[in-house]
Amino acid sequence: MADVLVYVLHYEGAFNKNSLGAVSEGAARAAEIGGEAHAVVVGGADLTDELCSTLGAYGATKVFRAQGPEGLAQPVVDVMDKVISEHGHSYALFGGGLLGFEIGAGLAARKQAGVTMEVTAVKADGGKLIAERPILGDSQISVSRYQGDLGIIIGRINAFEVRRGDGEAEVVDIDVEYSAFTGQAEMISRGEQRGADVDIEGADILVAGGRGLGKAEGFELCKELAGAFNNAAVAATRAVVDAGWYPYAAQIGQTGKTVSPKLYLAAGISGAIQHKVGMQSSENIVAINKDKNAPIFEFADLGIVGDLNKVLPKLTEAIKAKRGS
Amino acid sequence: MKICVLVKEVPDAAVEKRINPSTGRMDRSGEKNLNPYDTHAIEAAMQLREGGEVEVDEIVAVTMGPESAVRALHKAVSLGADRSLHLSDDALAGSDVAATGYALAKALEKESPDLVLLGQQSDDGECYTIGAVVADHLKMPSLTQVIKLDIEDGALRLERQAEYGYDTVKVRFPAVISVGDAINEPRYPSLKAIMGAKKKPLENVTAGEIGIDLSLVGAEGSRVQCGEFHAPPAKAAGQIIEDEDTNETVEKIVAWLDERKLI
Repeated sequence: MADVLVYVLHYEGAFNKNSLGAVSEGAARAAEIGGEAHAVVVGGADLTDELCSTLGAYGATKVFRAQGPEGLAQPVVDVMDKVISEHGHSYALFGGGLLGFEIGAGLAARKQAGVTMEVTAVKADGGKLIAERPILGDSQISVSRYQGDLGIIIGRINAFEVRRGDGEAEVVDIDVEYSAFTGQAEMISRGEQRGADVDIEGADILVAGGRGLGKAEGFELCKELAGAFNNAAVAATRAVVDAGWYPYAAQIGQTGKTVSPKLYLAAGISGAIQHKVGMQSSENIVAINKDKNAPIFEFADLGIVGDLNKVLPKLTEAIKAKRGS
Repeated sequence: MKICVLVKEVPDAAVEKRINPSTGRMDRSGEKNLNPYDTHAIEAAMQLREGGEVEVDEIVAVTMGPESAVRALHKAVSLGADRSLHLSDDALAGSDVAATGYALAKALEKESPDLVLLGQQSDDGECYTIGAVVADHLKMPSLTQVIKLDIEDGALRLERQAEYGYDTVKVRFPAVISVGDAINEPRYPSLKAIMGAKKKPLENVTAGEIGIDLSLVGAEGSRVQCGEFHAPPAKAAGQIIEDEDTNETVEKIVAWLDERKLI
């Protein structure tokens, strides 16, 4: 038996997209090694039978459901420890994100298991799963092979494609006695939105500004360009957020958000690896930078070597004219 | 209260990192420095001490690594730690994340801290997870990527950015907390502190002395083997336009976007 247990994060009655991708990935890979994918969810009353069974459409055959606190990693470690001990899963899979990292690492300690994070591809090889992880600023791929009873795979955000079919999963309730230390952490408030109406993850188009904007006011050019498109938002690099030019909630990159919009238009961004990991899976990348040696031109689909102060206003006018016509 | 800060020696950011093809491990030779992310953890410890909400008796810097890692400890002490603990043993070389976390937890057990602080990631291995591994071994609650840390009613009140926005979490001591670099602006060590760092107490321990099970550490004890390094698929080179006539450039951009139905 080589079953894969996938943790599925939810919030306010909806499952996380990265988790759904992990379920799809887990189902596809488990099938290749003669096993099934099962999901595990931890939370309250919003985890209805109906909601949980929909995970079957993404490939899970069973959903283990435990009542417990949401948004914290350690209760989930307790739950997964119990499920794996009772059912003997060979792999635990996470779709990425902060909680996935924490739960996967905690589970590795609990089960004396190997763990690989930032995984971009999972493959079946000789009846086992192996995980590929980019390292050294994405210049190399490292392959992880697991020993022991359990291997833990934590995906990079957006690494796994969500594939929806049909089917319903069987929902299995489990009772878990939580560890004493799990109770030492308590969620006071979850999901607080700061930085007002910044929703960079839901936008089809992102206009991102970096240090090359020169000053905080430079973001006006980005906002105007975003305003010319339909469903576009403004994002920012770490450097300018640290400098106080734009809200933290709009930060893209290693310590910020990971996005994959249809169009990512980078203005005055050099394209350091810490930024690249947050936006490289964008469908189309356009970069405007005055330094022709900027690393962003190595992975931009369209690169403009020029002064953004000249290009952005005219581009804004041209987009407006085009959309108006 | 005793605070332990986990620190690590990493290759200097200016040094090009590479994998040693014969060992399959990161080549950690060359210039080294204290992991820059760890300075935020030391600063957080110092601010707790200076804040007066809790009485901080001692700040201890703890590391695992070869002999050269002592320099990271000296730096940590110059930034405010009172003393340091250096776990060093050839048997630990090649430990993966889970094995490293286990070994560090054993070192921390010896100190019985009320709070363990660490940086959100190491500058070399790009691993965000060591805090959660350590916490599970120590049976302590844990939170990572914390950007605000306060004391309220004798417990930690922590804020961080998670999947759905900012979370505020109350955590009772003892706890393992990894801090993000937005949490504070680390101070620079004074010349006096740098000069005095080597005189502060430093204790060296080996794996055996703190009861580490050698079957769980080192390359042999690690449950994940990394190797088979290869280059990622090359991405097709994009189109480059040098802006000479901006009107013409913009026309080209619009055509390019329009072709892809992005307007």
